[in-house]
Amino acid sequence: MRRVMIIDESRCVGCEACVLACKNENDVPEGMYRDWVTQEARGTFPELSLSIRSERCNHCQDAPCVTNCPTGASHYRGDGTVQINRALCTGCRACIAACPYGARFVHPDGYVDKCTLCVHRLDRGQGTACEEVCPTQAIAVGDADDPTSEVARRMRRASLYVLQPEAATRPNVAYVR
Amino acid sequence: MQWARGMNALTFSRRRFLGVGAGTMAAMAATQADSVFRGYGAHAGVHDPCTDGRVVRTVCELCFWKCGIQAHVLRNHVTKIQGSPLHPLSLGRLCPRGTGGGGLAHDPDRLVRPLVRVGPRGSERFEAVSWEVALGTIAEKLEVIRRRHGPEAVAMFNHGAGASWFKHLFRAWGTNNIAAPSFAQCRGPRDVAFDLTFGAEPGSPETLDIAASDCLVLIGSHLGENMHNTQVQEFADFVAKGGDLIVVDPRFSVAASKARTWLPIRPGTDTALLLAWIHVLITEGRYQREYIERYAQGFDELARHVAPFTPEWAAAETSLDPELIRSTARRMGAAAPAALVHPGRHATWYGADDTQRSRAIAILDALLGAWGHRGGIFVPAGMRLAPYPTPPYPSARPAADRRPGEAPFALEPIAQGLRRATLDSDPYPVKAWFVYGTNLIQSLPQKAETIRAIQSLDLLVAVDVIPAEIVGYADVVLPEASYLERYDDLIGLSWRRGAVALRQPAIPPLGDSKPGWWIAKKLGERLGLGAYFPWRDIDDYLEERCRRSNLDLATLKRDGVIVGPERASTVEEGLALSFHTPSAKIELSSERLRERGFDALPVYRRPADPPAGFFRLLYGRAPAQTFGRTANNRQLGELTHGDRLWLNASAAARLGVRNGDRVRMINQDGARSEPVAVKVTQRIRADCVFLPHGWGHTARGLRYARGKGVDDGDMITRVDVDPVMGGTGMRGNFVSIEREG
Repeated sequence: MRRVMIIDESRCVGCEACVLACKNENDVPEGMYRDWVTQEARGTFPELSLSIRSERCNHCQDAPCVTNCPTGASHYRGDGTVQINRALCTGCRACIAACPYGARFVHPDGYVDKCTLCVHRLDRGQGTACEEVCPTQAIAVGDADDPTSEVARRMRRASLYVLQPEAATRPNVAYVR
Repeated sequence: MQWARGMNALTFSRRRFLGVGAGTMAAMAATQADSVFRGYGAHAGVHDPCTDGRVVRTVCELCFWKCGIQAHVLRNHVTKIQGSPLHPLSLGRLCPRGTGGGGLAHDPDRLVRPLVRVGPRGSERFEAVSWEVALGTIAEKLEVIRRRHGPEAVAMFNHGAGASWFKHLFRAWGTNNIAAPSFAQCRGPRDVAFDLTFGAEPGSPETLDIAASDCLVLIGSHLGENMHNTQVQEFADFVAKGGDLIVVDPRFSVAASKARTWLPIRPGTDTALLLAWIHVLITEGRYQREYIERYAQGFDELARHVAPFTPEWAAAETSLDPELIRSTARRMGAAAPAALVHPGRHATWYGADDTQRSRAIAILDALLGAWGHRGGIFVPAGMRLAPYPTPPYPSARPAADRRPGEAPFALEPIAQGLRRATLDSDPYPVKAWFVYGTNLIQSLPQKAETIRAIQSLDLLVAVDVIPAEIVGYADVVLPEASYLERYDDLIGLSWRRGAVALRQPAIPPLGDSKPGWWIAKKLGERLGLGAYFPWRDIDDYLEERCRRSNLDLATLKRDGVIVGPERASTVEEGLALSFHTPSAKIELSSERLRERGFDALPVYRRPADPPAGFFRLLYGRAPAQTFGRTANNRQLGELTHGDRLWLNASAAARLGVRNGDRVRMINQDGARSEPVAVKVTQRIRADCVFLPHGWGHTARGLRYARGKGVDDGDMITRVDVDPVMGGTGMRGNFVSIEREG
């Protein structure tokens, strides 16, 4: 099994319900975010385009945070996700410096925190909080190895792309347009 | 004392709550919610924050859409809110505001004690009193007003489903002066126009078959920035299947960014575009001919009327390419009848033009055969709800909002008309305002007039959850339990299938706040109206109504909603169309309008251009906000505020304004705004600016919202009133931009 999240930009309206659902689900402290929404307008009036993306930890298969973690707190879970073992984390921030996506922050309780892909929910057969709230179904989570899944269907689309491919991190979070 | 505050000053963050909470409660909660590691073996460190609590299925109140929700409750704290999978308006999903509803219930600025004013009106100085004293004071003053001026001297302003108890109370009391700004300040022109044309309103929620449509036209409707859950869900499906989206907006809205064609129209010229589209459909024979012949009247007159309105004529008015006007009309015609011009919702734009512009939309929808067809506007089913029997209401004088002959097509009393009558006592004095759930200081334009009217009252009562500006002017403040803490009346839904939903408490009321049903009953009993409130309590009321309506209350409490049987809602499903107009047909030309001296067909009137150095002020929605009601919600405050003033990049360069600079607006009448940060963007025309609505709070009690952004209402000193239905057109105001030193 390789858990992936494929986000359809064309559906997303940038409402940020995903951000709030995540904060509530995971009790993320005020002013800190495990996911966020970017809006980028290109062009000159009236020849314009707008790209809207819900972003988070990319759960990379070649994750610089894991490579750079001195204690082994950041680790591959074996299901496609990258997790942090709070008991091992010293809050040294090496992973924060290594992450090309700015996905990590130091939690007030001293450990580094980020998106877990809601595996505590996925393991119970639920969706991630952001996926379940999304009014436009822009977010899909599933098993890339299951060809009948919605994520596999999205991954077959020609517009599939990942963020910062030059970082060669092989993300398990990807986008379609 | 100033604002009474909750004893449990619960903030939105459970973590902070746990940090500051007292003794045992915090300790117990910490065991429950902190550091739960489940058996993940080698992959320890997967943290389950345990937010899945007891689930209560109820109805949202963060806007008027009334989605079904699931509130998760841990130890009287709403930890999270999801869309109810059982409710047809949410289908398991939810917008950001609904998701952040806990930020309202747990707002540390909540009203939690009844208050009586001790300083001058507007001073926000109060004394906490018991419910006995608060209700006694109100009853006493109302009796004096009744003796001196009659019961009709009381006006009631309201918004939201919870208002039903108070509407009932004041009808029983004997006044027809019951108004909601949601009519004359919002959707009124559209409702009147569709009623005149089709004999029915587009409904709330609008019964639009967006997902099944092949061509959707949005006129200023910024779906995705206004987050009407179901509609946005269908919109995303429509976009995903490659539906032909045409967006008319001076701003490159999120919806515009998804359109096949964006028409960046000159503000205020929409009617010209609509008439040209009608012209193309008719002259090129691209309208639904059989449908029109069978169901409509006035077609020939319409055809003659629009003959001069060529795309070339409209191009000069709208600044749009005539070929694009022509080709978009053809695309609509090709998709018809699965084509839809969105009726819009907030339609009070330019006053004189508004009902007529909405009529042009309705006529266009008629030519496309949208009404009653799949992919157009479906005809909803409702569910029969029997009332709890109460005595008939006493007869009461007609509402004071309109003078004879004024706004003859208004479907509801006009809020600003009641304000006017309060000031000039014409046709009779209005001496008391009872305000439920609407912040009149922000929801009515021309703030100074509202405050002048308030200062002339003998009594102002505000029922609210948070200390909004209007509360600061009240003589008596009644703190209502939030929507997550109370029952309301059964909520009927007209939709593809009818439904009945129940708002029910997930947590107990905060402090000494009380549910509306209790407040209305207790006040009614003090006013000698006990016969109108014969129920013992809310359970008795709901049991009886459900019994009489053949609904099982236990099911409603478990599921939060009961959905009615399938019924045809389109012609394709076997629906036979009928139209409740005088002619029993779709009225393309309106005899009713003609009889009253109005144009029977929409006439375009060119709007005034902004004077040199000025921009037209446009306003609208940001996804995480509903009016001004959500600005103090600390959960929603974690999202993009959208409280910036949008300014075109080249206009900004001319003015020497950079992104993030703080500026003041000065309008055509010299009104100056507080400073506001600028969003310099290519995404708007250079002749207008755009300000998301709902910011600029001044109430001291709104400790979080106060001072954030500015209120567009401060710049709306000029209002053009729609003579057809009394709507207040608010987009005829112009502002210049002054950089803050």
